[in-house]
Amino acid sequence: MLDISEIQTIEHDVLVVGAGGAGLSAAIECSSQGLSTGLICKSLLGKAHTVMAEGGVAAALGNVDNRDHWKVHFRDTMRGGKFLNVWRMAELHAKHAPDRVRELEEWGAVFDRTKRGLINQRNFGGHRYPRLAHVGDRTGLEIIRTLQDHGIHQGIEVYMECTGLDLLKDGDRISGMVAMWRETGQFVIFKAGAVIFATGGGGKAWKITSNSWEYTGDGHAMAYEAGAELMDMEFTQFHPTGMVWPPSVRGTLVTEGVRGEGGILVNSEGHRFMFENIPERFASETADTEEEAARWLAGDKDARRPPELLTRDVVARAIRKEVKAGRGSPHGGAFLDIASQRKAEDIKKKLPSMYHQFKVLAELDITTEPMEVGPTLHYMMGGIRVDADSQMSQVPGLFACGECSGGMHGANRLGGNSLSDLLVFGKLAGIGVAKYIRGISNPPRIVDEQAKAIIRTATEILNRESGENPYLLHEDLEENMQSNVGIVRSAELLLEGITKLESLKKSYKEVKANGASQYNPGWHEALALRNLMITAESVARSALMREESRGAHTRVDFPGEQDEWLQSNVVIHKGKDGNMMVRKTDRHQPNSELERIANLSIDELEKEVNGEG
Amino acid sequence: MALRTFKLFRGDASGGELLDYKIEVEKGMVVLDAIHRIQTEQANDLAVRWNCKAGKCGSCSMEINGKPKLACMTRMNEYESNETISIRPIKTFPVVKDLTADVSWNFEQNKRIIPIKPDPSQKDEKGNYRMYQEDVDRIQEFRKCIECYLCQNVCHVLRDHDQKDNFVGPRFMIRLAGLDMHPLDQEDRIPAIKEDFGSGMCNITRCCTDVCPEHIQITDNGIIPMKERVVDRFYDPVIWLWKKVFGNSD
Repeated sequence: MLDISEIQTIEHDVLVVGAGGAGLSAAIECSSQGLSTGLICKSLLGKAHTVMAEGGVAAALGNVDNRDHWKVHFRDTMRGGKFLNVWRMAELHAKHAPDRVRELEEWGAVFDRTKRGLINQRNFGGHRYPRLAHVGDRTGLEIIRTLQDHGIHQGIEVYMECTGLDLLKDGDRISGMVAMWRETGQFVIFKAGAVIFATGGGGKAWKITSNSWEYTGDGHAMAYEAGAELMDMEFTQFHPTGMVWPPSVRGTLVTEGVRGEGGILVNSEGHRFMFENIPERFASETADTEEEAARWLAGDKDARRPPELLTRDVVARAIRKEVKAGRGSPHGGAFLDIASQRKAEDIKKKLPSMYHQFKVLAELDITTEPMEVGPTLHYMMGGIRVDADSQMSQVPGLFACGECSGGMHGANRLGGNSLSDLLVFGKLAGIGVAKYIRGISNPPRIVDEQAKAIIRTATEILNRESGENPYLLHEDLEENMQSNVGIVRSAELLLEGITKLESLKKSYKEVKANGASQYNPGWHEALALRNLMITAESVARSALMREESRGAHTRVDFPGEQDEWLQSNVVIHKGKDGNMMVRKTDRHQPNSELERIANLSIDELEKEVNGEG
Repeated sequence: MALRTFKLFRGDASGGELLDYKIEVEKGMVVLDAIHRIQTEQANDLAVRWNCKAGKCGSCSMEINGKPKLACMTRMNEYESNETISIRPIKTFPVVKDLTADVSWNFEQNKRIIPIKPDPSQKDEKGNYRMYQEDVDRIQEFRKCIECYLCQNVCHVLRDHDQKDNFVGPRFMIRLAGLDMHPLDQEDRIPAIKEDFGSGMCNITRCCTDVCPEHIQITDNGIIPMKERVVDRFYDPVIWLWKKVFGNSD
């Protein structure tokens, strides 16, 4: 039978899983802390989802508007997250982001410049000032390439096209992970005292999503299986502007940068509907006439921001409302129009990849015609519950950063806060791991039986005589999440969704991949489906428990924010009986200084930070 | 909807053949959508790389009816309605399986390039460097590269003459150009561009530029200026005479 001594074993101090912005940042820091660092990724290096980030990285550099300050960024982040963010994480993020952006420049990144030769910054939804350092509309590519080109010289061992299957533990703590080389189908055991998950989200559980095949909640599910907790999973961000036509690209992202550069949203009657969708909380900071919005675009610092730049949850719901009311575009979205607002040459200069994307995929020229856009599942605010300073989960030795960790963004993430999150918490996770590893006296052991069980489960999918087609099961999952766990939820829909998930889990037990183990996407799909189903179930169960509407989580049966729910997070863990357990937990009380900053009016805060010089 | 015929390479390093698949194709589909439909309905184990599906990650490079392209940005209506579409992996690198090739050589080349060396004393008190937009426009063009390696795939030096030991290829020539033209970089890269990376091997056929999905002017804006800098340094008659008379002291 299976002899573990014949399986390839690779040893490191720390294994980082995922090579997007968070994983690369974490690996770079681990290596600079003197740790032997391995980095595995499912794709080739440099292809992770960070390349799809377009608009920019948020940091209070104050290069374009010198009134900006970490406190204002922090306040914007808390308000965007509907005050559910882990206060300490939002604080660390706002304070550290400027240094992380400058560090990228040191490592070779070439951001767009201001006239004075500094890093240029653009406006974005929910950010008070122009705050997003950017490179046209390909900022994510610039960041991942910079980290990649820097990282390969830092002594990190990179293992490409390698899929993590499950964690190994020695008692309570992490001792490594079993993985599989996609190219050969061979298994490999990574022995490591610590593992950092930087695995992104699980958007592939929905039918309309901006996420690629890699986004299958691997980190969420492996952490859950290993005993870690997942938090805030009900908050799934629907980006308001995904492509809606042609069908094969439905969901592909259209950057918020289009609105940042002046793009407006109109319905089929040509009406600019966002003016009727301004929430009370943002009313005093949002333009209420087209005239004022136009002045803002022209650079008038006294004018308030156009309502198209409200937070993503608000804009996504407004578009959905127009479509439901029969005022949608021909293919069921809204019109996003930049052609009437900016000159063709400016559009091509500022939004080159959007121009190219629509020209090729939709045969549409965005410098002369409006785009059709609609909501697309884009991001998970929830994730692995971690300590705000060290990024360690409840499982000793298991760390998480980036999208797969929870808490930083609360109920809704601001655009641009993801790239900064990756940089800030990637580095902090590296520091956290170094402290943890130095504190271990005896190295953890690999328990052979655990590794055997993981390998057996994986190979059963190939060895079964016959069974369910993994691609079709995945399609059923997508349909279910799209219709029952979508933008607008109710107990009735969620219960239906959970019932369907239970039956999909049963079918999954009979999943069968045809062919051999060598580079077999059908097998890879089947392996990822387990993770995707756990992630999907955690979203549905958390959404059912939270009986209010807050940020990205909207319940028609419980409209509006409820103060009592502001005191709680919904937390998921795996029960002793193997079932998924959901519970409400009390939040940490905020530090009073942070609470004071977040609750100041913008005028008071501006006075305070400008007084500080 | 229309029934279309595809011929896909199925096999691995030991050999393989083009196999026929017939599927329904809908309006607006790109070639990658068709491949995915074949994978879902008829060939679950068909190996193909892809990620972003929007021309931003450079994963789905392949040869479609003999032309190197990104499958995600190639619309089905570029072909005649009854045209059979044949798809093979990129040819310059060894086949792994089906439509995937082993492109690891490229990652090895990138490691040979010395990273940027800025001078920290140029930073202001806040830690900012100054660079002006007009000085970075030309390197931002090179930094649009999505590493699809289509340029490496069509480069004659690599594809037809297999001179991988002597030439780093267009992708890394523009990476080197991007560093050499970077306002903050302090490293002298010209000797290595000539000796280690083989700038002289490129014979300017511009095939790399033709296939670049990001429309980077690889040859004109990247490789030719590097060749000129090499010539200025090593073959300038005035400098040659100077060295003859006063010795090779640099």
